[in-house]
Amino acid sequence: MMQLWRAAFVIARRDFTAVVLSRTFILFLLGPLLPILIGFAFGGLGDRISSTDLRPVVGIAMAPQDRAAIDRAHGRLTRRMGDQSLPRIRAVPMTPAPRVQLARPESEVVAILSGSPARPVLTGKPQDLDKLQGDLSLLSTAALAERSLQFVPVERQEVTTSLGAQAQGRLIIGRIAQVVMFFLTILLAGMILSNLVEEKTNKIIEILAAAVSIDAIFLGKLMAMLAMSFVGIAFWGGTAFAIFAALGGDATGLPVPAVGWPIFLALAVLYFAMAYTLLGSLFLGIGAQAATVREVQTLNMPITMGQMLIFFFASYAVDHMGSPAEVAACIFPFSSPFAMIARAAQDATLWPHLVALVWQGAFVALIIRVGVLLFRRHVMQSGGRWWKNLFRPATG
Amino acid sequence: MIGDTPAPASTPEPPYAVEGHGLVKTFGSFRAVDGIDIAVPAGTIYGILGPNGAGKTTLLRTLLGIVDPDEGHRLLLGAARPLRMAREVGYLPEERGLYPSMKAFEAIAFMGALRGLPLHVGRERAKAMLDGHGMGAAIDKPIRQLSKGMAQTVQLFGTIVHEPRLIVLDEPFSGLDAINQEKLEALIRDQARRGVTILFSTHVIAHAERLCERIAIVAQGRIRFEGTPGAARDRLRARVRLRTRAGDGAWRQVLPADTVQDDGIWHFALPDAGIEPLLRALIDGQAGIESLSIERPGLHDAFVAIAGAAAAKAMQEQGEEAEEA
Repeated sequence: MMQLWRAAFVIARRDFTAVVLSRTFILFLLGPLLPILIGFAFGGLGDRISSTDLRPVVGIAMAPQDRAAIDRAHGRLTRRMGDQSLPRIRAVPMTPAPRVQLARPESEVVAILSGSPARPVLTGKPQDLDKLQGDLSLLSTAALAERSLQFVPVERQEVTTSLGAQAQGRLIIGRIAQVVMFFLTILLAGMILSNLVEEKTNKIIEILAAAVSIDAIFLGKLMAMLAMSFVGIAFWGGTAFAIFAALGGDATGLPVPAVGWPIFLALAVLYFAMAYTLLGSLFLGIGAQAATVREVQTLNMPITMGQMLIFFFASYAVDHMGSPAEVAACIFPFSSPFAMIARAAQDATLWPHLVALVWQGAFVALIIRVGVLLFRRHVMQSGGRWWKNLFRPATG
Repeated sequence: MIGDTPAPASTPEPPYAVEGHGLVKTFGSFRAVDGIDIAVPAGTIYGILGPNGAGKTTLLRTLLGIVDPDEGHRLLLGAARPLRMAREVGYLPEERGLYPSMKAFEAIAFMGALRGLPLHVGRERAKAMLDGHGMGAAIDKPIRQLSKGMAQTVQLFGTIVHEPRLIVLDEPFSGLDAINQEKLEALIRDQARRGVTILFSTHVIAHAERLCERIAIVAQGRIRFEGTPGAARDRLRARVRLRTRAGDGAWRQVLPADTVQDDGIWHFALPDAGIEPLLRALIDGQAGIESLSIERPGLHDAFVAIAGAAAAKAMQEQGEEAEEA
């Protein structure tokens, strides 16, 4: 066994340095930052857009004292309900008639409130009236009541935790963790598909196969790509965190996962590694059968679809903790890491994670073994029926 | 996942470095190796000769454990599982392969590391080997920048950097110019002097004739001859070339039945009784001997005769099978 790991490490070291020390690795690192930067840019833009007042503007065509009452009522209500709670109001002339004013090209109001607070008349398109009618009724009522309108105070009873909110928060964390893990896996594991093509096209596979077992080659390649992925994740995560911190982001309000942040993050790393190696070993096995890059490219699409299905299965399970679907998602090896990280966000029990990690690890070994035997059978044209050798040593 | 147990540090030297018994390897319906028995004595230079497509490469790959035989078994340095002895074996495949972006010395060290040599030791040895071979300028160059011959040399050094007990070379001379072929021959002799067993395949007989202590001639997946090159040559009788002044006469009766005349020269196999009785009869018959020479057949002749006969026999067998079908 030591010889297997030693050989795998030699292969992994070669692959890792070949990738990390290449110029294209800089592009690999910078590539995903582009969406992150765009995300921040658009996030900022979105903030500016959302801070730009897009509330509809309603013209008030009333007598001055009525208009003043409406203004005061608007001020009192927005102080309690928030700036964005009511439409903006603007004084417009009482003549000509609202219909005529709204028909003018220079009109800057959506609708016009005329009449008096006691008998308000709202003129506008039907769909705008539907939206504004309630708000302006409230506004008119408040203007009419003026000083006699008494706001009933609400007594505050503060608690440190709200389980409902906590459950909601944890559900969201579980979902986010799943999505992040899925995107990282789909971005990174797909690269493994073409991993053995270089060895086959450069005839290096013969040298490797004569010196080490094919198991070691597969294992080494997975180790190298996983290590490379961690380098990428550390770089992207670090950059995203630096940008977040530079923009004055505050993470103290984040909900805490059920197992706590330190264990959750550790489990996220482990489950990512498992999701990566599970899919990676499958891709490696499939890709190893391909003779050319063209064949690998053809395989890409159905494999991505397969990944999507697994993700949908796992994400369905998040909302249904303890249901047969969730248990099935936790057991099915390919969806298990995604389902289990969501479980870690919502359930504090730790032992299922140990079982799941062992289970997933066993499947990684099994998939590698099947991939190796198929590779020996179909590519190296060696060995008999592959399933007969599944649990036998690689004789070489 | 199951690995291989490393070989014990002090394995007693088996009498044969490589053994194969009843080896059969088929690809579909084609029997590339068809019941081969082979034993390569330790410490010898052993050549596997055969025409293209004879099954040499498949035989080597089977012996090395790159492919498993369909039938039979093999022993590599005494181990039934060849990968167990990977640290003791160096292999240069027929289809050369290196990572194009790797530097020359790193490529050599990597190949050594695959066979258990610590990387730092491999790097030091690689630099020394390249320097000693007049390739000091290529040490830091990526493989893609090297000439084909230099890349082949790098791969050869990668094959021996870990100082193996057995070196297996598949068509090592192909693609090399005459100077590099000479260097490779010297390197093989040097390794053999150190007690290393060399097993190589070739279809160029001259190399085998110069280097090998024993050879196996392979054709149609079977070994047609196994022994020393001398024994292979002895399979063919010496040829006599005779030029006479007289065109005809009673002396013609003493020439063997297979005699042919070509451009005034008589060619025939040396008779079993030797040359003296024939010579006496020619003199007595007044043939007027102008020249007479006895030519001992080379390994090339033996190879052509043995492999050619095997090919002819196989073709005949295939024809008979086709007729029966």
